[in-house]
Amino acid sequence: MNKADQKRLLREMIFFRRFEERCFEAYMEHKIGGFLHLYIGQEAIATGVLEMAKHKHDYVITGYRDHIHAIKAGAPAREVMAELYGKETGSSRGRGGSMHVFDPTANFMGGYALVGQPFPLAAGLALACKHKGTDQIAICFLGDGANNQGTFHETMNMASVWKLPALFVCENNQYAIGTRIDRSTAVLDQYKRMCGYNIPASQHDGEDLEVVMESAKKAIDHVRSGKGPYFLEYMTYRQRGHSMSDKTSAYRSKEEEQKWSERDPLKVYSAKLKKAGVITDEDIKKLEKEVQDEIENDVIKFAEESPIPRVEDINKYVLDDNPDPRWIGPLQNTY
Amino acid sequence: MAELMYWEAIRRAHDEELANDPNVIVMGEDVGLIGGTYKATLGLFQKYGEKRVIDTPISENSYTGIGIGASMAGMRPIIEIMSINFALLALDTLINAGAKIRYMSGGRVSCPFVMRTPGGTAHQLAAQHSARLARMFMSTSGLRVVTPRSPIDAYGMLKSAVRCNDPVIVIEHERMYNMKEEMPDNEFFRPLEGAEIVRRGTDITLIGYNWSVHLCLDAAKRLEKDGISAEVIDLRSLKPLDRETIRRSVEKTHRMLVAEEDEAANGVGSEIISIVIEECFFALDAQPVRIHAADVPVPYAENLEKAAIPNVEDVYKGALKVMGRI
Repeated sequence: MNKADQKRLLREMIFFRRFEERCFEAYMEHKIGGFLHLYIGQEAIATGVLEMAKHKHDYVITGYRDHIHAIKAGAPAREVMAELYGKETGSSRGRGGSMHVFDPTANFMGGYALVGQPFPLAAGLALACKHKGTDQIAICFLGDGANNQGTFHETMNMASVWKLPALFVCENNQYAIGTRIDRSTAVLDQYKRMCGYNIPASQHDGEDLEVVMESAKKAIDHVRSGKGPYFLEYMTYRQRGHSMSDKTSAYRSKEEEQKWSERDPLKVYSAKLKKAGVITDEDIKKLEKEVQDEIENDVIKFAEESPIPRVEDINKYVLDDNPDPRWIGPLQNTY
Repeated sequence: MAELMYWEAIRRAHDEELANDPNVIVMGEDVGLIGGTYKATLGLFQKYGEKRVIDTPISENSYTGIGIGASMAGMRPIIEIMSINFALLALDTLINAGAKIRYMSGGRVSCPFVMRTPGGTAHQLAAQHSARLARMFMSTSGLRVVTPRSPIDAYGMLKSAVRCNDPVIVIEHERMYNMKEEMPDNEFFRPLEGAEIVRRGTDITLIGYNWSVHLCLDAAKRLEKDGISAEVIDLRSLKPLDRETIRRSVEKTHRMLVAEEDEAANGVGSEIISIVIEECFFALDAQPVRIHAADVPVPYAENLEKAAIPNVEDVYKGALKVMGRI
């Protein structure tokens, strides 16, 4: 990878970090409502995997911690922020919010609050790719907690039997809200669970962008070549709470948080690039400033200034807004 | 014209829609090689291949979700659930995903899938094969729910359901699969919306859907012998409901009864009577009556099952009560 790309990727991760921090601030100011789940600490995974995917071509789907996956897949950051602000210009026109960002122009097919629901939806997207004979694949990002849902087992089985072009990315941050994986899950290494479905799988460091990219490339090549699904497990850590409402001190120690903060993906990648002479501390400061300005002057400004949805439009988007009378009717009676 | 059974009409609709659009696929338990538990896809696996007519494992929630996911990418899946009881396993993907994705995405992603499933009691199938559940689906925003009463509607509404851009739940009935009707040989479509006046009358409006329309029609014949002219309405679509046709009929007859095979609470009957009260309360000359199932899990024993489920006699007597004759 050339230096310009390395620098771009670092800038993207700084942007993603700042985006999420800014969401936190806006939430505290009551500009963002509902539930808010931040991706801080896990950035290398969405960044690395989607860097290796075909941009706006492959399908991407995930759970409720979805802002960064959407942006990296190609959804404009300003529209994602406008969605969080509940604005008509938002990715989902203000109807979805933080947990339900959609952008079909980027083939980003949504964030879902039902843990485990994206598994079958991803397999369905993959089924469509296979059926249409395109070289697209479907990439599904979910956490380790989702793997205890029935849809995990049902979907892995069908994806394998039907050899669907689906890449399942398990972001193993070791906590299902506040329940640590060893208190909820019999098999700790998630990739080992794929033995039951005859799906190739591997486990990697999810805090090291280069490791993520390298492993994702192999997995994507496998899936795209028509060999069926692949399961990637990345070990990572959610640096913040599950959402805004939980205190991490209730379920994990300061020592553990400290240990993982040393593996912060931004720190890891910055250190690598500095060591390789690609970037200096001064460059990083400059990038941080640039990103800060972009988020304030473009992303936040757009979200703040955008109009809220019109109440008259509350019934829009429930069903097809321009239905074909040939199929819908209504049937005419004579009275 | 040819006489087709209800299942044959559904099979014909599948066949024509598979032929019409390569994005149409069929998926469900045993819909392929053996042609479906009720033969609704008989021979189509052999005709269109295993990629278009897909036998699934017994994983209702996830294969429904796979169908929904495929629909998000432009496919038009027809998902069969062998019995509406099993649809309970698929409610997460159906209601949390299929019904909500269009709205949650601000209209940017549609889910044009069809879910077909037989509801209702058959012959001593007991509690876990006799659920009806129409009342649950009809209270879910983002779905269309249709209940064809005849081969013509089963054929024409399934074809419309496949072509329309919304999620459509088609509720069939185990006891209707062998019902026969003359059907035109050429292709036709029946609209998904709109109730149908299937018998004209002036004294009382009997409202049913799916199986209970036939109870109403048979009761109307008996009422005729008593000098009572009953109008019968087939709701056809439970979501959305056709308020206009209900209102106009009740304004004419001034009396009404609703017959449903399901339990009463929060049901079709409650909804229809609420609509009548909202639309034309002062047109009513008598209290409305609901005919419905007993508030029990459907029992196995033949006599108990019969007692649990409404029949023609119940509708007939209910109508007499509305008329003030008993």
